[in-house]
Parts: sequence; C-alpha cells; structure tokens
Amino acid sequence: MSAEAKPRVVIVDDHRLFRAGVKAELGDLVDVVGDAGTVQDAVVTIAAQRPDVVLLDVHMPEGGGAEVIRRCAGAETPPRFLALSVSDAAEDVIAVIRAGARGYVTKTISGPELADAVGRVSEGDAVFSPRLAGFVLDAFAAAPEERLPDHGSDAELDQLTPREREVLRHIARGYMYKEIARTLGISVKTVEAHVSAVLRKLQLSSRHELSRWAVQRHLVSFDS
Amino acid sequence: MISAMSTEQAAIARGRPPLRRRPDEGLFGGVCAGVAARLDLNVRFVRIMAVLLGGVGGIGLAVYALAWALVPVAPESEGRARHSGGWREALMIILSVAAVQWILRRLGLGLGQSVFWPVVVGVCGLALVWRPTVGPPTPAPSSDGGRRSLRGVLRGAARLDAPRVILGAVMVAFAVAALLHSFSVAHSLGRAIGVVAIVAGVFGLLIVPWFVRQARNLGSERAARIREQERADVAAHLHDSVLQTLALIQKRSGEPQEVAALARRQERELRSWLHEGRAAPAADTVASALRQAAAEVEELHRIPIEVVTVGDKPLNASLEALVLAAREAMTNAAKFSGSNRVDLFAEVGDEGVEVFVRDRGIGFDTQAVPPDRRGLRDSIQGRMERHRGLARVRSRPGEGTEVELQVGAG
Repeated sequence: MSAEAKPRVVIVDDHRLFRAGVKAELGDLVDVVGDAGTVQDAVVTIAAQRPDVVLLDVHMPEGGGAEVIRRCAGAETPPRFLALSVSDAAEDVIAVIRAGARGYVTKTISGPELADAVGRVSEGDAVFSPRLAGFVLDAFAAAPEERLPDHGSDAELDQLTPREREVLRHIARGYMYKEIARTLGISVKTVEAHVSAVLRKLQLSSRHELSRWAVQRHLVSFDS
Repeated sequence: MISAMSTEQAAIARGRPPLRRRPDEGLFGGVCAGVAARLDLNVRFVRIMAVLLGGVGGIGLAVYALAWALVPVAPESEGRARHSGGWREALMIILSVAAVQWILRRLGLGLGQSVFWPVVVGVCGLALVWRPTVGPPTPAPSSDGGRRSLRGVLRGAARLDAPRVILGAVMVAFAVAALLHSFSVAHSLGRAIGVVAIVAGVFGLLIVPWFVRQARNLGSERAARIREQERADVAAHLHDSVLQTLALIQKRSGEPQEVAALARRQERELRSWLHEGRAAPAADTVASALRQAAAEVEELHRIPIEVVTVGDKPLNASLEALVLAAREAMTNAAKFSGSNRVDLFAEVGDEGVEVFVRDRGIGFDTQAVPPDRRGLRDSIQGRMERHRGLARVRSRPGEGTEVELQVGAG
C-alpha cells in the first residue's frame, strides 16, 4: 500500500487516553493527521486538516458527535464520519447516524478491523456493526403505518426491501461483506450497495421509531 | 405558626409536654385538658377559667374554638374514646358561669352584641382558613423544627381547597368591617367593607409573591435533595462494582485473560445498570435469557460473546429449550473453535424465533462429527427436535461454524 492510498484520519474523543490508544492501534494502517478533545477543537482541526475520515466519539460535552457533524456540514468538502462509541443505546447510535455518520462501530473493535472500517468509509461505503444492524432491523420491524402523519414522507424510505433485510440479518449474525456476498450469491459491490441504501433510509426516513430515538437523544444533549 | 413552633421546641427542651389537645380526657375538644397538662394545673380549674372567659363577651369562646381548630391532637389520645359522663360536668360549669355572666350583664359589664358576633364570625373564618394546615399530625420535632413547620404550612396551603379558604376569608373580612363599623371608624357598614377590601387587597399583593417564592424555593430544595440522593446512589453503586473490579484488576495484572474477563463482566454489569433501570432484569424473556446465558458462557470460558437481539417475547417451554440449545452452541464455540469471539444473533418475528451462533474458529467437517461430540447431537439437535424446532449446523474446516436454531410461533 502506498503512502498516498492511506486514508487521512482525525480522531475526535474527549478522552485523551482513548485517542492515544486508538492512534497506537491503528499504527501504520491509516494516516492519523490530527486529534481533538472538544467539539470546537474538532471543527477547527477538521477545517485545517481536511481529513478523509473523522473517527467520532458519540458522547462528548456540548452536543457530542452529532454536533461536530452538523457544524462541519457547511464545509466545501466535508469529511466522512465514522462513529466510535462505548454506548449500546439505540438512541445514541441512531442519532449520530441520522446526523450524517456513515457508520458505527464499538470501541472494543480491534485495530485492523477499525482500519478496515475506516478504509471502507473513506471510499463512501457504509459500515454497520452487528449491533447497529440489529437496531435497524428493530426500528424497521414494525408495520410502516406507524409513520409520523404530517410528514408527507416517501413510503419507500420507511421500509426495507427483503434483500436489504437479508443483508442486515447476516451482518447481525457476524458475517463479513465477502461472506454475505458468497452466501447470497451476489457480488461484494451489491452487498455494499444494499448497505448504503439502508444507511440512506436510516438518515432520511421519518419512521416513527427513528424520529423518536433522534428526539430523545436531542433532549438528552440539551440537558447536558 | 413559626413562633408557636419554636415556643413548643423550647417547652420540650424544658421537659414539659407540648400543647396538645386531649379529646379522650376532655369534655368537648380536649383543649382544657391539654392546657392543664401543658401548664401542670388542675383540669377543673382550667375549665372554670375557660368558661368564665367565654362569658366575657364570648371572646373566650372564640379562643376555645380557635384552639380546637389549631392545636393538634396529642398522639397518645388519638383514636381513643372520649371519656363518658363528661357532659354532666360540662353542663354544671356552663350553667354556673352563665349565671355569673347574667349577673355581670345586669351590672352593666361585659361586651355588647355588636362586638361579640363579629368576633365569633371572624374567629370561625380564621379557623376555616387555618384548619387544614394543622389537620395532619405535625412531624416529630427535629433540629430544624422551625423550618419544617413552615414547610408544613406551605404543604398544607397547597392542599387547601379554594371554597373553604374563600369563605373563611370573607368571614374574617366581614368581621373586621363590622368591628370597624361598631367602633365608629367607618360611618357606614358599606364603607367599612370597602376599607377592609382595600386593606385585604394590598395585603394580598404583599403576601402572594412571598408565598410563590416560598413555594418555588421549596420545589428547588426538593429537586436538590433528589439530585443529592441520586448522586449518592450512583456513588454507592460505583463503589460496590467498578471500584471493586479495579482493585481486583490491579491484583491480577499479571494474568491478561483474567483481567479481560473481569473488565468484560464489569462492563456488562454497568451497561445493564445504565440501560435497564438499575436492577438486573429477571430472565423471563427470550432476549434477556439469551443475554444471561451468553454472560454465563463468557464467564466460564473467558471469551467475548457479542449478543444482538431483535424483538422479544416471554419465555415458554420450547423457547427455554431454544435458549439451552443456544447456550450449548456458545459453549461448543468457546471450547472447541479456537475463535477469539462469538456472535449471537436472535430474531423474534411473527413466524417464530431464530437464533444464530457464529464463530470464526477452526470449523469442522459436518459429515464427520466424532461420536463423542454428544453436545451437538443431544443437547442441540435432539433438544430442538423434541420441541418441534430445528437445528442446522454450517461449518467447514478453516471457516468457522454457525449453528442455526429455530422454533416456530405458538
């Protein structure tokens, strides 16, 4: 792998120890160009470094990861965000995805796996952990009638296709994209396309469950 | 109220009983008996004094009524029957005092009707307004007795029902107006009522903000207390769990596997405490039973198991079998696969429950299962079949193993 091909990464987390740990684990696999411990620092660092991918902690003072994404949205070439969290709470995860993150992984992920996820996100793909896949299946499980009424929403956005569901179930079972492609007899590219479609629905759908999670999270961040 | 309370505190400090009504020993409300106990006097003497005062234009009567309304019942006399035969004594005292009063009136002493009735009405009005705030037994005296009593008043004020208070206030206002009139401060009754209304209005304007502020202080005080309580709970929990684990980890820092297992267990406990309402949930649904089984296997075999569940439903016999089979599959993966983690995915849908247990270990040839691997055949496949379920095993050498378990709906 040439030095140029390595994605440029900024790590945003309010725990200095954790930033150092992630940097050490990623080692040479990616090019860590900066790190930040507050929302304000993060916005400045990202604007200065223009990284490909931002590894973003969900829980931070002053609005958390979602706030960083919102404040970077105006940039000329906004980076891609990968949420990294110890939180298992659906509302945290869904909120940061709906704010614009391209994926979500837990902090216990190994270095090489994380580097792989970073690479995937930098290429524009979505990265779903088994847990996120589970949340999404849960959120889209109920009948689509539970949509918010006065949203005029696109019905297509409010449910998953059987194929998307099948892909998500395999992710939840711990399958890699490659293994999913082989099991379902499709190409890896198709698997990626399905996951990206799910991500889009997750971000744009006005399904009751998703909105509720986002609203709950919003209230929590107002509190803190 | 505040000063009354502090006097009472002082009385207790001096070793005397506080002023409490004793209906069980009294003739009417037990006020005299209470006063006698408080002042260490003969009850009959107090009664005669009371009736005498009662005769003086009725002011004593009003004071008695007010005391009846305001002074709380002594705890030891609560619920006990009034002592019998008291009415005879009461009648005698009243008759004799009435006679005395009649004589006094004859001599031209005593207060006139124009003062007597307004006083009675006013005192009744006061009693109506204040009564509910002293109705419940006052809290046990404590070091902050003064403040507590103020809170008691406010709490009572919140409970006052409006009609009674308004009626009481009107009665008091009328009484004051009538008194003003009778003392010739205002020339007509109507003007007197007007004066009282203005005074009452000004007084209300002064006192309402104070009450609102007090109520608000009370609310924030309570909120602070609740926050403090919460903080103490969290501190206690962290002490019992996280700090203990950290101490253990320091002791065992030479054994990485042990340390990882300790950290993992602590993480699980903390998560369930954070997300699932503090207490460990009972394993009475599929999802919680699977999580618990995974935790047990993790504990036993020191391997992280990632549990993802979608949907949930209460356990029944066949779902219990499913959980046991899943536990066996996790144990197999932990013991034989050599994988460094296990994934469990469970989906509860309309058609039934499906569970997948996956590892990335060495795998094996499903056609050539050694006969001693009874776990797979008996504990997983046999168990599922007995409950009209299904167990499938997908594995190839070098590619890990996945066990799929299914139970139909119903």
